[in-house]
Amino acid sequence: MKKILLGNEAIIQGALASGVDFVSGYPGCPSAEIGDGFGRIAKEYGVYAEWSTNEKTGLEAAIGASFSGLKSLVNMKSFGINVCADVLLPLAYTGTKAPMVIFIGDDPNCHSSAQSEQDSRGYALLSHIPYLEPSDAQECYDFTKLGFEISEKFNIPVILRTATRVAHQRMIVEFEDAPKKERKIGNFVKNPHQFSTMPPRTLEMKKELLEKIEKIRSYAEKSKINKILRDRVSQNFKIGIIASGISYSHVLDALEMMNLDIPVLKLGFFYPLPEKLISKFIAGKKKILVAEELEPHIEKEIIRIAKDINPKLEIYGKDLLPVIGELNVEKIIFALSKILKLKIVKLGNSLKIENLKLKIPSRTARLCDGCPYWYIFPTLKRVAPDAIFTGDIGCNMIAGLAPHNMHDTLFAMGASIGIAHGVSKASKQKVVSMMGDGTFFHSGIAGMINAVYNKSSPLMVVLDNRITSMTGQQVNPGMGKTLMGDNSDELQIAEIAKACGVKHIKVLDPINIKEFEEIIKDFLQKDEISLIVAKRVCALLERRQKNK
Amino acid sequence: MKNFNIIINGVGGQGIITLLSLIDEAAFIEGYDVKSSELHGLSQRGGSVEAHIRFGKKINSPLVLNGDADLIISLEMLEALRETAKAGKKTKFLINEFVSPFPGSLTKEEIKSRLGEFKNEFHFAEASRVCKEKLQNEVVSTVYLLGYAVNKKLIPLSESSVTEAIKKFIPEKYQELNTKAFKLAYEN
Repeated sequence: MKKILLGNEAIIQGALASGVDFVSGYPGCPSAEIGDGFGRIAKEYGVYAEWSTNEKTGLEAAIGASFSGLKSLVNMKSFGINVCADVLLPLAYTGTKAPMVIFIGDDPNCHSSAQSEQDSRGYALLSHIPYLEPSDAQECYDFTKLGFEISEKFNIPVILRTATRVAHQRMIVEFEDAPKKERKIGNFVKNPHQFSTMPPRTLEMKKELLEKIEKIRSYAEKSKINKILRDRVSQNFKIGIIASGISYSHVLDALEMMNLDIPVLKLGFFYPLPEKLISKFIAGKKKILVAEELEPHIEKEIIRIAKDINPKLEIYGKDLLPVIGELNVEKIIFALSKILKLKIVKLGNSLKIENLKLKIPSRTARLCDGCPYWYIFPTLKRVAPDAIFTGDIGCNMIAGLAPHNMHDTLFAMGASIGIAHGVSKASKQKVVSMMGDGTFFHSGIAGMINAVYNKSSPLMVVLDNRITSMTGQQVNPGMGKTLMGDNSDELQIAEIAKACGVKHIKVLDPINIKEFEEIIKDFLQKDEISLIVAKRVCALLERRQKNK
Repeated sequence: MKNFNIIINGVGGQGIITLLSLIDEAAFIEGYDVKSSELHGLSQRGGSVEAHIRFGKKINSPLVLNGDADLIISLEMLEALRETAKAGKKTKFLINEFVSPFPGSLTKEEIKSRLGEFKNEFHFAEASRVCKEKLQNEVVSTVYLLGYAVNKKLIPLSESSVTEAIKKFIPEKYQELNTKAFKLAYEN
């Protein structure tokens, strides 16, 4: 069957075709469509799917499922891998029982990411977990299937890493109509020798892992997802390009536009790299361009391999291509023109230069019409003009933009209260932390307990809009619904805080501005941590519910 | 035909992804290879959003090269002005005559006069106003613009393949509304 699919939809189809049983993860951009999609079809296809409370509990759930014999898919955005890294590293040691694919959606250029321009490929080097990198939506489908195959063959999780331009790319994808099946019930067969990391076994497991990686490297040497285009048939065979991920698509266009027939080595495996294939490709070449987005991971490997194989090889990469931001066809053409000492090819008929004179006011993200946060941000700012405001991830990030301009810090999920505690402890200033309900359940609770236990006095405001909204409206533990639409107990933020030892707690509707103001004033005087749960439904959710 | 390159831009929440998907589907129906690139999340919360579509014999990169767009469809006028940075001399513009103002923005007149400095072919369509008046729904103004583009041959896609794309992609209960919006552009 051929259909236009989003990269993330192709991953769903690839997982279904592989017979996935268990899907967990945490919504982020550009990955959320995977979990959302499974939420809609899980029951029909005999799959269990959940939004976990965070990426770590999500990965842990999949480990439990894998050890019980279920095929699992874990999905998260770039920063999610930081959250689950603590579990990811020992998972490489234990390996999987039933196959597991972990999807990581990186976001070069920070289109929908605040905290850093992260290149998650670095975790391959840290964890020794195989990484596959699709270049387009078709490869999202093919590589997901291959990921399950590799995981099954070698009993190791496989990471599928994309950039936004792949995850959020639509193209015509050829795929099989996935079979519907009965939901599988697993069976955990005890095997502590394999499932528990405990010295001295840990070092033995490390050795087993490294041996396994060499076997996977031999597999990668033969895999058709690492391929050489036009080698030796080309007139320009002394020059070569090594590309992976989205850069490969840009390279093909650049060569077409420049009318060049330079050989290209396309790497579908990022880790382990097929060193023999690379050696074969670079042997006898004079110049190589490594076209990779963000960090020069592949380039460093090529430099290392070339030392033995072809010490005179000129290797170009990050000297001509930026480490910051996305790559595109223009940047590849620039690099190739430099290497080939060609005059820089004039592109299109861009009006860009004349246009530099134009100063156009920039339009930044803003709160939606009717968003409850329109009541929260100005009130906090008015009542506590001198406070230090620590911000968090989600729609409340918009507090950092005009006209609010409120953030004094912005780091990562749940970090607002953790940092607020530190400021409160270190200074005598008033500190206000702001986070959404989704973030509270994700990782806000730990910071709150730290502030209670170590006795600081920030005012914590949870902006409870009854949904995880920024990433496209996902359910969370405060809503009484699961991803598959089943009922669940609606967890009360105030009750959790009370149980954690917070003494000053108020749940209110921020539209009642007078009451809100008074509570802020009152709580700012407390010498213990206080909590306001500003509860009012997200405007988008409200409109959607009305339309139903 | 050489590959056809489109950039759609506007303000997050205006329905860019629906418009993009309809063009993707219609191009697919006509037998072209097609790739597009869109953005979700933070950029969709009322900020400037830009999506790319390319169709033709064989498409590699989903991104349109600077200066290489055959058509820019702007759902908002200031965003049209912003997109001139990526236009080439031959790029045609189809602009929704609609302004979404914010503090420090330019007036409609200022935007029009600045656009007037460019020698490109400009088409202005009152998509938002017409759809609001005649269909009581502004979101389908994107489909109106697509109707306009097909009718004026700004885009090499046929009426029948777009109508088929609407049937394929739009949920059943909104199909009539979308088909109406598409056809409305032929009357104006």
